[in-house]
Amino acid sequence: MESGVEIVTRKPSIPSGKSFEARQKPLDPEAAALKKRETSAHQTYGRGRKIAPKSIKDKKLRSNLKLLESKYKDAVLKAHDAEILLEHESGFLEPENEVERTYKVRQDEVKESVAVETAKKGFELRLEGLGPYVCDYTRNGKGLLLAGRKGHVATMDWRDGRLGCELQLAETVRCAKWLHSEQFFAVAQKKYTYIYDHAGVEIHCLRKHIEVTHMEFLPHHFLLATVGNAGYLKYTDTSTGAMVIEMPTKIGSPTALAQSPYNAILHLGNQQGTVGLWSPNSTEPLVKLQAHRGPVRAISIDREGRYMCTAGQDLKMGVWDIRMYREVNNYFLRQPGSSVAISDRNLVGVGWGTQASVWKGLFDKHRDDQEKVQSPYMGYGGEGRRIESLRWCPFEDLLGVSHDQGFSSIIVPGAGEPNFDALEINPYENTKQRQEAEVRALLNKLQPEMISLNPDYVGNLDLASAAERKKEADLDRKPEDPLLMAKEKNRGRGKNSSLRKFMRKKGKRNIIDEQKVRVEELKTERQKRAKTKSKKQEQELGPALSRFAKKGP
Amino acid sequence: MKIKALTRPTSSHQAPGSSAARQPRNLDPALHPFERAREYSRALNATKIERMFAKPFVGDLGKGHVDGVYVMSKDPERLDVFASGSGDGVVKTWDLTSREETFKADGHEGIVKGLCWTKDQRLLSCASDKTIKLFDPANTNSRSVPLATYLGNTAFTGISHHRSLPNFAASSSAISIYDLSRSSSTPLQTLHWPNSTDTINALSWNQIETSVLASCATDRSIILYDLRTSSPLSKVTLALASNAIAWNPMEAFNFAVASEDHNIYMFDMRKLKRALNVYKDHVAAVMDVEFSPTGQELVSASYDKTIRLWDRAGGHSRDIYHTKRMQRVFSCKFTPDAKYVLSGSDDGNIRIWRANASERSGVRSARQRQKLEYDNALKDRYAHMPEIRRIKRHRHVPKAVKKAGEIKGEELAAIKRRRENERKHSKKGSVPRRSEREKMVLATEQ
Repeated sequence: MESGVEIVTRKPSIPSGKSFEARQKPLDPEAAALKKRETSAHQTYGRGRKIAPKSIKDKKLRSNLKLLESKYKDAVLKAHDAEILLEHESGFLEPENEVERTYKVRQDEVKESVAVETAKKGFELRLEGLGPYVCDYTRNGKGLLLAGRKGHVATMDWRDGRLGCELQLAETVRCAKWLHSEQFFAVAQKKYTYIYDHAGVEIHCLRKHIEVTHMEFLPHHFLLATVGNAGYLKYTDTSTGAMVIEMPTKIGSPTALAQSPYNAILHLGNQQGTVGLWSPNSTEPLVKLQAHRGPVRAISIDREGRYMCTAGQDLKMGVWDIRMYREVNNYFLRQPGSSVAISDRNLVGVGWGTQASVWKGLFDKHRDDQEKVQSPYMGYGGEGRRIESLRWCPFEDLLGVSHDQGFSSIIVPGAGEPNFDALEINPYENTKQRQEAEVRALLNKLQPEMISLNPDYVGNLDLASAAERKKEADLDRKPEDPLLMAKEKNRGRGKNSSLRKFMRKKGKRNIIDEQKVRVEELKTERQKRAKTKSKKQEQELGPALSRFAKKGP
Repeated sequence: MKIKALTRPTSSHQAPGSSAARQPRNLDPALHPFERAREYSRALNATKIERMFAKPFVGDLGKGHVDGVYVMSKDPERLDVFASGSGDGVVKTWDLTSREETFKADGHEGIVKGLCWTKDQRLLSCASDKTIKLFDPANTNSRSVPLATYLGNTAFTGISHHRSLPNFAASSSAISIYDLSRSSSTPLQTLHWPNSTDTINALSWNQIETSVLASCATDRSIILYDLRTSSPLSKVTLALASNAIAWNPMEAFNFAVASEDHNIYMFDMRKLKRALNVYKDHVAAVMDVEFSPTGQELVSASYDKTIRLWDRAGGHSRDIYHTKRMQRVFSCKFTPDAKYVLSGSDDGNIRIWRANASERSGVRSARQRQKLEYDNALKDRYAHMPEIRRIKRHRHVPKAVKKAGEIKGEELAAIKRRRENERKHSKKGSVPRRSEREKMVLATEQ
């Protein structure tokens, strides 16, 4: 952690405890390479800031933390080195000269130039008369669920082209979602919400979920969240069947619902153009954003929970930074966007009218500020089919587009995560693996109470109350130094008056007593420390986030 | 236009000709959301499973003794042999693998007070009938006469063998060192604190620093002796008498004493003014204490009919073992592989317990081992979480022990309150607070 290497790379203006000679010593290339490797490893695999063991007084704790930090550093480097084992590289679509434009590439051109196996993945399903359709992929991208407004529901294993089940429900279907695997799915029908199994057998009727328009399934918590025209947000635990909470959103009928894959918070858009962030632990939205000047039509959040895209009735698509709750950019759409989806590699698909466009590079977590992209990455449609919903197929370069005449699967090179983790989500799992994964997922089910804006708060210590408790328990504690307790003189800013002026003058008398010296010393020391700390923090945060470094003491 | 889309050939998830699917990993944190929450749930499950698997009692040895088992001894060089002595003067040895009796001698007429193995696998026992007897369980039959008998002036209370030399020390009112290789039955030398005449309760020969001996006596003192100068080194007097003394087998200068005041104290022999650690949880006098062969854990037997296991660094017990039929426990020992704990109690039974209640012996597959290691790491990491701590700490305790603990807690709180009141109403600084670790030390002498 603490090494000479770290200090040399810094600018000489930064104060440090090491001697001047140590700072000036040039880096040998080996050490520089190691340093570079460490930084790049930490950027991807690091879990937050390091702990400086020097600042810890307790000997045992210090040595424990030192050991822990070294283990952690080792793990990060090993994870980085294991990248060499990743088998696949992501796809791409690149112009060869400045005349070519990627958005002019048509699907048939793409199919010609990719492998035969991949070309087969782009297909069309013509299902006229029962649409418009909504679609959903399972988490591993194996199963496809299609639900037509007029009651036609079908599941299929799109890779084999095998139909799972097909239902004609003969009543309005507003939304359909896969549950944790391709064994179960939920369908929001005219009045109630139903759960069907892979063979299409109705296994549950959720009578408390009435007239549902939007649904989301939180796979780690096994929660099915629904919201209907009445504006009640309801969470049901699908592993026990118990209703976790139902709460009125008090914002009228919702127009869009999406979950953040990062923290399982639900983003709920409404007629007034606001997006509320909901968790089952609060009856009020945790955050409210004014995203659009008309109804919010669609929302999507990237997998790391950093950015959100919304499409509204006001012909705008907004890109939001949901750590700052600030709009990064907004884009004009010729017709109101009906659906937005962000892929694993941060391509944004937006469906508007009869067309869908895919945008690339709307946001980048490593960039300082996000520039406005001038033209889309790919385009699709314009054939008179009104687009209802877009879904990216996980781990594939595919965008599923469902419209009023069926479903099209289009190839978008560079969209999918090339390397999956078979122990997390396995697109090629067999029955046994699926069954075991299901059991494991149920064992590791997260409780609804763990949902919060920062999912990493679990396991943190309640430091404030611990300090309080310790203080109370310590009967022999030393009285605090009254000199240090003495208030620092304020600078006398504010409304001027003759009295204030007098007091100020009096206060600045040239008498240097013990207290004044002490206070002055402390002040300079604190300032110095704060400065070093913020510099260090800025460096750690990198260019994109350096402005969030804490400035003051 | 350069176009490339993702293609994963079948061979990438299943090698041709093989039925085993490959499981590629990608450690990118973006693919593993809710990392901490999931780890926490796993840690919680692992803790619950650990408690579900906690079945500490293994069984007892043969038919035990007719009278209470007051002393036990392990041979540090053999895993399977064990000796025990009871109140009726009977000495038995046991085979731990079959849990059967292998040797029995009606050696003594009084209570067997001390047992120890010699380097040539013979057994020394001392008793309140003023004799020390040497048996050879490996080569003689049960009930055969002892190989040698040493006579003393007073009842013997404890015996301890040198690590490598054929010497042993026996305690009565003083400590006598005998040499097994000499034919005479008179001690080589006798050690005692100049003006002390009280009976010594227990003694222990340091197995690393082999010239050091420690003993505790009924006059509440703990005395350390140095054999190189044939004189006592130092003496510390505690508030109450100690019943047993045990050296740490890894840290030559640390020893633990089992005190009558329900606590166990660990001392550094170089600094006797202050205990290194105080182990509090028993609700009656502690009768015996022993370090695990790793030096990291302790086991203690108590008059409250329970045995407790302790981490060396902690202040409270890690586990408590009891059964309905187990009476006052007078001795406890770790097996030399640190996997089991044996307890000898007043009801005449010798019980075998697992040192780690949820651990199972037997060969583990690599996956199983990996899982256990992972679970242990998780449990460690989230040990501070309230739910996990509660489940991990929860034990079913006999009603009498629980009640006694509650009463003891109240009494201690009352004493503390009284002290605080006194302090509040007396001159500042005239009633100083004393640390828990030095409270019980009344005096130290060099």
